[in-house]
Amino acid sequence: MTETVGIVIVSHSKDIAKGTADMVRQMVGSEVRVAFCGGNPDGGLGTSVSLIIDAINDAWSAKGVAILVDLGGAETNSEMAVEMLEPARRDLVVVCNAPIVEGAVMAATEAAGGSSLAQVKAVAEELSAD
Amino acid sequence: MSLQPEIFKSLVKVAAEQVIASAPELTTLDQAIGDGDHGTNMKRGFEAVLGKLDAISAQPLDEALKMIGKTLVMTVGGASGPLYGSFFLAAGEALSHDRHLPDDLADVFGSGVNAVSARGRSQAGEKTMLDVLVPVLETLKTAAGQPDLIARVRTTAAEAVERTAPMQATKGRASFLGPRSVGHVDPGARSSCVLVQAVCASLEGRQ
Repeated sequence: MTETVGIVIVSHSKDIAKGTADMVRQMVGSEVRVAFCGGNPDGGLGTSVSLIIDAINDAWSAKGVAILVDLGGAETNSEMAVEMLEPARRDLVVVCNAPIVEGAVMAATEAAGGSSLAQVKAVAEELSAD
Repeated sequence: MSLQPEIFKSLVKVAAEQVIASAPELTTLDQAIGDGDHGTNMKRGFEAVLGKLDAISAQPLDEALKMIGKTLVMTVGGASGPLYGSFFLAAGEALSHDRHLPDDLADVFGSGVNAVSARGRSQAGEKTMLDVLVPVLETLKTAAGQPDLIARVRTTAAEAVERTAPMQATKGRASFLGPRSVGHVDPGARSSCVLVQAVCASLEGRQ
């Protein structure tokens, strides 16, 4: 099996994160590693840097990891999580500026074909282009 | 202003307690223009800081600030975690590089402010915590070494937070409201003011 870019889904809601991951797995299959997290450290709506770090490590691939987020704090916390990774991994993780559900499906579809991290990010972000 | 370990410990304790006490007000402000979680998020973060207070204050000052920052990053759960966390991480990092208090206070505080600005990709004037932190930094620079520095910092923070009310938010959740964000004080600016005021009050009590 060739290595594929991993996908991490970060939502304020664990239900949204899980539902998005379910859609990716059904539509793209299991060849792409998908991890998700949602909820603040108390389990309420929000995001948690430590859960995001865990999800990145769960989805880890030598080709890198693309993160899809929903709203503001999810993005800020994801960027913080990337900076707190071990140095060798930091440059291999990107946060995509894309809608979370469509972005995750598009990114995973691209990743399944063996594309690079930059290609996966670009395809997801086409959804945000004017 | 010397910063002995026991003084630092009491500063952190007072600041954390003030943030926790202001949680209902922060939440009310955030319900007006945000998603209503700023109070509970800050409370959770600073309760975690209080829980580690002995371990934090046993560290040298630079490491203690970094530990506060990391604790906030890991426990706050909203964007304010990385924002406040980055402030303390960067201030601690500045102290690790041959800067000393009180002489380099403005420089160290400025490192924290720059980190907040970079993390939030934001500047003063956008109705955020920077609208308190940047004016406070200016006062720390212009009034450095003056006998009334602490009083001037307090006044600066109090006036700066009120100036966020007429601003229209262009960053963060409040920006979704556009013109409807006008007329409300920014919750992040308020929490920054609470922290600054708590530190000032604690230092004044020791003069």
